[in-house]
Amino acid sequence: MNFGFSEEQEMLRDQVRRFMQEDLGLPQVKALTKASTGFDPALWQKAASLGWLGLTIPEKFGGLGLSWVDLTVLLEEAGRGLSPLPFVSHALTIEAILAVCGKAQKEMWLSAMAQGQAICTTALYDEPNWIHPDAITLKGVRESGGVRINGSKHFVSDACAADYFMVAIRIEKQLAMVAVGKEQVSVKAQPQMDATKPSGSVTFNNVLIDDSMVFKLSRKQLDFLTNCGAVAVTAEAVGAAEAAHKLTVNYANQRVQFDNLIGKYQGVKHRLADMYVDIESFKSLLYYAAWAVNQSPAELPRAISLAKGYAADAFAQIGIDVVGLHGAIGFTAEYDAQLYLKRSKWVRPAFGDSDFHLQRVATLGGV
Amino acid sequence: MDFDYSPAEEAFRQEIRAFLKANLPPKEQRGPEFLKKWLQKVRVKGWVGFSWPKEFGGGGGGIVEQAILREEMALAKAPPLGTSFMGLAWVGPGIIQYGTEEQKRRFIPDILDSKVIWCTGYSEPNHGSDLAKIQCKAVREGDEYVVNGQKIWTSGAPWSQWIILLTRTEINTESKHKGITCLLVPMNSPGLEVKPIENMAGDRHFAEVFFKDVRVPVADRLGDEGDGWKVTVSALANERSSIGEVTQMFEKLDSLKGLVQSTHRNGQPAAKDPAVRKRLATFEMKIAAMKYNGLRYLTKQIRGEPLTSETSVNKLHRASLEIEMDDFAVALTGQSGLQLRGSDSAVDRGSWAKSSLSWPNVVIGGGTPNIQRNIIAERILHLPKD
Ligand SMILES: Cc1cc2nc3c(=O)[nH]c(=O)nc-3n(C[C@H](O)[C@H](O)[C@H](O)COP(=O)(O)OP(=O)(O)OC[C@H]3O[C@@H](n4cnc5c(N)ncnc54)[C@H](O)[C@@H]3O)c2cc1C
Repeated sequence: MNFGFSEEQEMLRDQVRRFMQEDLGLPQVKALTKASTGFDPALWQKAASLGWLGLTIPEKFGGLGLSWVDLTVLLEEAGRGLSPLPFVSHALTIEAILAVCGKAQKEMWLSAMAQGQAICTTALYDEPNWIHPDAITLKGVRESGGVRINGSKHFVSDACAADYFMVAIRIEKQLAMVAVGKEQVSVKAQPQMDATKPSGSVTFNNVLIDDSMVFKLSRKQLDFLTNCGAVAVTAEAVGAAEAAHKLTVNYANQRVQFDNLIGKYQGVKHRLADMYVDIESFKSLLYYAAWAVNQSPAELPRAISLAKGYAADAFAQIGIDVVGLHGAIGFTAEYDAQLYLKRSKWVRPAFGDSDFHLQRVATLGGV
Repeated sequence: MDFDYSPAEEAFRQEIRAFLKANLPPKEQRGPEFLKKWLQKVRVKGWVGFSWPKEFGGGGGGIVEQAILREEMALAKAPPLGTSFMGLAWVGPGIIQYGTEEQKRRFIPDILDSKVIWCTGYSEPNHGSDLAKIQCKAVREGDEYVVNGQKIWTSGAPWSQWIILLTRTEINTESKHKGITCLLVPMNSPGLEVKPIENMAGDRHFAEVFFKDVRVPVADRLGDEGDGWKVTVSALANERSSIGEVTQMFEKLDSLKGLVQSTHRNGQPAAKDPAVRKRLATFEMKIAAMKYNGLRYLTKQIRGEPLTSETSVNKLHRASLEIEMDDFAVALTGQSGLQLRGSDSAVDRGSWAKSSLSWPNVVIGGGTPNIQRNIIAERILHLPKD
């Protein structure tokens, strides 16, 4: 019985935390997200050289062969600093390639990803807030030698930074994934409120994808990828929520009104205690889900639905309240509280909102 | 990270299961002698006072085994391991930590053997949450203390033999935590009077306890004079892991799941209503959070890391679930949800109705939610004290 991190994992945590403080502090994050792609190749190279990009890639494909628990450490710390780097897209694409591709592609692509030479992202659903195989609507039409695609994928994370895309499509009644390079498609930024999560649309203009780049996607694989995506964004949410909470606790210990620190007033301190309860709780649930990815995949759907079902709404409320508890300063663009509010709103629908996840909990629980 | 138990721990779990299979008949088949025999058997096993040192008759068991024992007992819906809940939960540990050799010999075996039931005399009419302000007075006269004052909400007082009592031996101390002294007092002492109080569910568990010139030998003081706060607080901090509770709450959730299948709403099973489903899932989410919070804290304990007040996190979940789950059942079933045992229209023999009136046992009894929030805010987040 050991529901805690190992010494190596704690060392990784320190390392990522230092990186997030020294190389990618919030001022840098803000500057970076003002630039068009929100991406910095030098930082990505550094992440690669530290081994972070190969954490979950098996050793035979050039990675470290670690687990999603290790990845969770990276994502939690990245989230704590609101990193705009495409760690989530990267991790999800690794799972997509491992799930659907053949040995040759795994060998070629995964080692390039581990070394930071290929920046990749994955696009699953077309509908903005529907997690279901039918929510994949982009069509491919079979013809000799390949599959022809006309149409766009929206809300693709890190689209503007990506070199390669794994894209879920529908070929008649079957689901499939296609691998495309950025030169085959046209990518357009889609600004949304959380600038630390850059996204864009990917348009296929009558593109013929070679058969060798078309892969079967089973419903089970799609579920697994969705669950992995939810684990990843929730892991980032844990770090981000803790950072938002800490910022507000610190403020409550400094700001004086009516001759007292505002943290003395229970309207403030009790809300901060309740936030602590919520964060501790979705964190515990998330750790269990992260463990389940590799160690107990059968339990993963329920485990991640408990965690994301909790985090989606709890973090959204925390985002609102950290702004509110600061008063007007929290409303300013210059102050950081608003960045967490925006992240919390981005996290809510990503890979399923609380309605999706809690209905699934009910179903899996026999209701 | 792993959720596996060592072979020795697994063997212990199997041992418990085998014991339960052999010794725990279904409820209907338990005769009048059952409880007595049960208590003897678990005692022989060393499971009563499981984590207490062996030299005082305890089981000398580790934290993980203790968690396993609680979990298995809860899963089997076994009766408690002793009749003195408070004796086992904090009086015994307090005596082991602060008692004299003589006190240990005198009190511990009777607690373990369920011979003596203890109650807890902390709260007073004017001092509940702000416990350190208690006024019940003890004045030393030779080798006795003379106690005058009143306690209230004393659970089990009507059928207890002993009370662990917080008294004030010094007034006007610079800190309210000083000058408090802990005494161990027989309930049949001359001058001690118990007046039961009926609660809103119709039970008479707790009582007022009056002290008029009650004489207590100095030898029955627990810890030093003036040290009573330390003695009781550290005994209360003998935090229990929430694993047994979590198991019970998952079972209650299962009952609720049954209820939403058998209850109709708008002409169809309530289980089809998305709002009902989401509500149940929210309960499950919080119970599961308690479970995994508990396992994280257990891991900390195993590693010898200090727990600050993390258990307040689960207490807050427990409090809100305790209210909401029963209330959900009552609301879902409309008029029939209000029917009490004895009504031919009662749901589940009125058990939801009854427990929906019993939440203060948990929610107020062990420190109110606001006090738990203060604990988190002050001890973990280091925000200013009220
Ligand atoms: C079923 C039951 C069994 C009990 N058994 C025992 C027992 O065996 N022995 C024993 O000694 N006691 C027992 N108690 C008493 C229990 O410990 C107290 O009821 C509890 O500590 C609260 O004290 P109080 O009732 O005086 O309420 P108060 O302390 O007067 O509180 C009233 C309200 O004010 C709020 N409040 C108080 N202080 C603050 C603050 N600083 N900030 C914000 N809100 C605050 C509380 O949350 C509560 O809502 C029992 C109580 C119950 C309900």
